[in-house]
Amino acid sequence: MDQTSVQAPPATLAMPQNPIRFIVDGMIVEAQPGQSVLQACDDAGIYIPRLCYHPDLAPAGNCRVCTCKINGRNSAACVTPAMHGMSVENDTPQLAADRRVLIEMLFVEGIHPCPYCVASGDCELQALGYRLGMVAPTENYQWQKRKIDATHPDIALDHDRCILCSRCIRASRMEDGKTVFAFSGRGIEMRLTVGADGGLGATQMAAIDKAAGVCPVACIVIKRDSYMVPNGKRRFETAPIGSDIEARRPKP
Amino acid sequence: MMANQGDAVRRFIADVGGDRTRLLDIALAVQKHAGYISDEAVALIADGTGLHAVEVEDTVSFYAFLDRTPRGDCRIRLSRTPISLIKGASRIAAAFEACLGIAIGETTQDGRFTVEWTNDIGMADQEPAAMINSAVVTHLTEADIPGIIASLRSHTCGKNPFPVGSTVRPSLVQAGPLLAGPFAAGDGIRAALALSPDKVIEEIIRSRLRGRGGAGFPTGMKWRLTRKSAGREHYIVCNADEGEPGTFKDRMLLADFPDLVVDGMTVAGYALGAREGIMYLRGEYTYLWSQLQTVLQTRREAGLLGHAICGRQNFDFDIRIQLGAGAYICGEESSLLESLEGKRGAPRDRPPFPTEHGYLHQPTAIDNVETLACAARIMVSGADWFAGIGTKESTGPKLLSVAGDCARPGVYDVPFGLTINELLDRVGAPDAAFVQSSGPSGQAVSPKDFGRQIAYEDLSTGGSTMIFGADRDVVDIARQCMDFFVEESCGWCTPCRVGTTLLKQGMDKIVGGRATRADMQALASMANTVARMSRCGLGQMAPNPVLTTMRDFPEHYEARMRSETFVPTVSLQDALREASRIQGREASKAAS
Repeated sequence: MDQTSVQAPPATLAMPQNPIRFIVDGMIVEAQPGQSVLQACDDAGIYIPRLCYHPDLAPAGNCRVCTCKINGRNSAACVTPAMHGMSVENDTPQLAADRRVLIEMLFVEGIHPCPYCVASGDCELQALGYRLGMVAPTENYQWQKRKIDATHPDIALDHDRCILCSRCIRASRMEDGKTVFAFSGRGIEMRLTVGADGGLGATQMAAIDKAAGVCPVACIVIKRDSYMVPNGKRRFETAPIGSDIEARRPKP
Repeated sequence: MMANQGDAVRRFIADVGGDRTRLLDIALAVQKHAGYISDEAVALIADGTGLHAVEVEDTVSFYAFLDRTPRGDCRIRLSRTPISLIKGASRIAAAFEACLGIAIGETTQDGRFTVEWTNDIGMADQEPAAMINSAVVTHLTEADIPGIIASLRSHTCGKNPFPVGSTVRPSLVQAGPLLAGPFAAGDGIRAALALSPDKVIEEIIRSRLRGRGGAGFPTGMKWRLTRKSAGREHYIVCNADEGEPGTFKDRMLLADFPDLVVDGMTVAGYALGAREGIMYLRGEYTYLWSQLQTVLQTRREAGLLGHAICGRQNFDFDIRIQLGAGAYICGEESSLLESLEGKRGAPRDRPPFPTEHGYLHQPTAIDNVETLACAARIMVSGADWFAGIGTKESTGPKLLSVAGDCARPGVYDVPFGLTINELLDRVGAPDAAFVQSSGPSGQAVSPKDFGRQIAYEDLSTGGSTMIFGADRDVVDIARQCMDFFVEESCGWCTPCRVGTTLLKQGMDKIVGGRATRADMQALASMANTVARMSRCGLGQMAPNPVLTTMRDFPEHYEARMRSETFVPTVSLQDALREASRIQGREASKAAS
């Protein structure tokens, strides 16, 4: 089932007499049939923090950062279909605190040296840490033993920075039709894998693949492509993550 | 050898018609044949099923009973649970280590033996217990070990020796409303066939039967939703992936009352309009495989399965058993479906619910073994009889798996509404200090709550009842429960994958006597976040060992608390140990 692109709804369902309307933090949001809560909120200019969600890919619900209280129950907004009459809490102190803890978990699970990371300023994990007010992790760093895969001529794969969001897995399977990536193992031992003994270099992966461009951190890095935009001028250094979505909100 | 393996793998693929959704069957067959799943086997499986090799790896690497590297021909898996440890599992482990000259987790040089720990194997009433390949040996004593090893050594039939038969003893201690009455194979089906499928569902609704796995969803409503959902096929799945530590009542039913369970599945098949039922049997219960297949075959010959069941035209229904491969999460119904479809057992987001989009996207009802046994009994004895037992919200009988510090461990068939005190009297545990009810996912019950009733509206339980005496440490048991969740978290979502490990480390610090008040507050806060943010029931329940013991046994935490404002997780001596060893200054032993 490919939900990757938001298609125009059939005319009969989109008729104005039968709209899907629901409430997010007291505001009325209108949704197109088939949209998730997160997609409808995006269109309405309401930013729900998220990490594993990517607008071009089917949602997978890995990170849980987009969790909202929907009709009284915590659910991930990326995988919850928008339904008429729903009540959604998004911007609450409790959810902000819980989301911040999730970001912190990812920081201590992997190794994320922001000051000297190529993605600094472009990294969605780092940007969410700032947006959600994470100062420094208070939990123990796990220092897991992970590898760097430099076998590919054009792409580096640094597993220390992988946050297991499954974006590359989904992109490679659904968009590139290659299925280069998958998970292996389970629990805290779960890893991104390319399956091939020879590493990424032994796969069909190409630097122009969708899978190479969707990584929210610096796990998948295109070689010889870094620092084209200098520090200080990168995406999240000029405006906080989510600003682009919030800019869509109609001015009162 | 490799050519042989290639032929074998191709045969296993052909056995399931190259169907990629049967990947678990193929992988289990390769594992059994070769002892592990080699890179060559992965490539062959990918080739034969049309999957990518990396997708095969994704599934195979998920399950504890599938190996990607060679291990010993004899896999000895010792059950490590709070119960097995108080019954002496550590001494059994030491006996195996001494006898084989290896440490737990290692393989002997000749490649004959691997000894390792595994999570609860469903033998809590007969610990210490172990799996030796698929056989189960119970009530182990240290004196047994040399004999077991000698017997295994003298056996030279290649990769899969099974010289040791299973020694599991009957577990039922007290039959009650569910099991005491007479029941012959087919009784439930014949009673159901006197009604229309809708009437069968009405009877189940009137009985107010709720799911026995622990969640307590009304079974009749589940069946009605499934029946009403449009689909090419409808399926009934029996969840026999009984993995909650301390429970074994489903094993008892499958071993000693299989016809009751299969009757229940067949009744469900009739009610749902299903033609196929699948029993998902946990890998730990592989030793029941042959006898369950015999039961199914006997029933086919008796006209109770297959074409025109009990002579009823157009009622065709059969059952396939799917073996699991060591993953607690697959007891969660949506993970179970993923596993049934040949994938890693990661839960699905809902909606859609399995009643609409279940197995192969078709409407599917997934019911616990005991629930299906109840359904068969309701057909025979009636909804009124069933609803007359138990309490207002919890009708009928409940099977309890009782183990630990008590005189008579085993399965008890009791009406809902029984208090913990009454249960402790029956099982012979007058001095219980606390009861871990419903396993690690449940809660530790302190004596002040022993008057509470076992019922959905009070002390809700899937059946696991672990009893601990006064010399057991409730905080350490809670820590062991966290170990379990660390190993069984599927890893799909952040809060459970990372949170279970952080919670375990927090408990380690407390048990190690290094935690301050701030540490305990931070741990409780983290536990609540994991409970709120996790994707499925496993992660939502995983903090329960921490939260329920902190709430009901605060004095045990207070007693361990350090008064300082800060104590590092690791002592300076421990942090420097490796450096000291390298410098030859080991003598400076670590203080606290």
